[in-house]
Amino acid sequence: MGIRTLVTLLIVALGVIAALATQEAYSLFLPGLLQGAVLTIEIAILGSLLAIVMGVLAALARMYGPAPLRWLATVYVEIFRGTSALVQLFWLFFVLPQFGVTLNAFLVAVLALGLNVGAYGSEVVRGAIQSVARGQWEACTALNMSRPQMLRRIILPQAFVAMIPPWGNLFIELLKSTALVSLITLSDLAFKAQQMNQNTFKTIPIFTLVLLMYLAMSLVVTIGMRLLERRASLGLARGKAA
Amino acid sequence: MTEQPMVRFDNVSKRYGALTVLDGLNLEIARGEKVSIIGPSGSGKTTVLRMLMTLETINDGVIWVEGQPLTHMERNGKLVPADLAHIRKIRAKIGMVFQSFNLFPHMTAMQNCIEAPITVLGMKRADAEARAAELLDMVGLSEKKDHYPSQLSGGQQQRVAIARACAMRPKIMLFDEVTSALDPELVGEVLEVIRKLGREHDLTMLMVTHQMGFAKEFSDRVCFFHAGKICEQGPPAELFGAPKNERTRQFLHAVLEAG
Repeated sequence: MGIRTLVTLLIVALGVIAALATQEAYSLFLPGLLQGAVLTIEIAILGSLLAIVMGVLAALARMYGPAPLRWLATVYVEIFRGTSALVQLFWLFFVLPQFGVTLNAFLVAVLALGLNVGAYGSEVVRGAIQSVARGQWEACTALNMSRPQMLRRIILPQAFVAMIPPWGNLFIELLKSTALVSLITLSDLAFKAQQMNQNTFKTIPIFTLVLLMYLAMSLVVTIGMRLLERRASLGLARGKAA
Repeated sequence: MTEQPMVRFDNVSKRYGALTVLDGLNLEIARGEKVSIIGPSGSGKTTVLRMLMTLETINDGVIWVEGQPLTHMERNGKLVPADLAHIRKIRAKIGMVFQSFNLFPHMTAMQNCIEAPITVLGMKRADAEARAAELLDMVGLSEKKDHYPSQLSGGQQQRVAIARACAMRPKIMLFDEVTSALDPELVGEVLEVIRKLGREHDLTMLMVTHQMGFAKEFSDRVCFFHAGKICEQGPPAELFGAPKNERTRQFLHAVLEAG
């Protein structure tokens, strides 16, 4: 799908929300849901940033780190990929305090989702680094670059382009997973929706708005990633020069 | 005392599992000497260059550069395998041009040429750019300095790759079948640049090539490799004119027949 189609879809989604908001049956719920959406967005953005940092660090540690670091990174990736995000949230929020470490719910949400998605992200980073042609590494060696110089200046900028689409998927995955944080006392979009539904039983307007709002948010992510991809691949005709 | 050879392979072997690619290679190359390596595919010729560039490790022997060990370092009077810091110190004297160019696709021709001088040698950007401009001029590509590799022909890309390698001021330059990936009509422009480099710079050059005409005209010495060993070597006039070894004769006959 082209960017234009995606933008059209986003406009339609927002338009429908706006149109529905003119009716009292819908407008009643909008302020509360928007409040929840703000929290959802905050968690999604901070979680994504943490995921990027963890993904890159874990990938580099596994590929080039000394043995203990490599081992640590592998343990991290396997634990967070091998268990469900829900269990991770509960563990950090309900189990950790029993060992004397109490974190606030917002921090737990960002940590759990960021670490969870970061574990998947590390595989994305690893795959993208490995997809850079071997000749690029050899050229770096012939120019006597150090490993950090190679990675920073030559390999990662090229791997970056290959990473964008899969990271887009992960960000959307993370955005949708934020609904889980309603289970650890946070008033995100999903929590607000359930709360209003229990109080009013107006299921149709509430969940129609919620659906459109999640859709709009994920479309923003998709469009953003497409634009980034387009920008990053300018001047980089991958494979042609290899 | 005679001058130290620029490069010395001292009984160097390379094996992949049970397959011996190079078998006890002994080869000395003098300062400023131009040496061509020819031979059938699988004879280990490219491996010679790759070992010297430290793209491959070696299984036996020692490689020396200007009298200093490259693959090893001295510790308590003994040679032990070199660490990365030592390798980088010695490797700084060597540059390489590849069959597949290997330009950095996200950088312009100019950026390709100043990247390593700035990051590795710590040159100032202005100085690196001035030097790169000279080199791009030498390879005839001043006007293409802001082009990306994907916007250049194969011959142009390879000329940028030569300029990029020269920007590091190596004493030894390795050419690994640098015209093999090019369309026939682009071979000439690349060979011309190598010729110029040979004339204008006091470079020691070692090249693996299938361009017999060029090897004959350009080199001081030609080595014919067969099955991981130097089968015959000598001045091009002798090796091409009156090969002594039967295998050399067969190879030259086959190649010249095809060419």
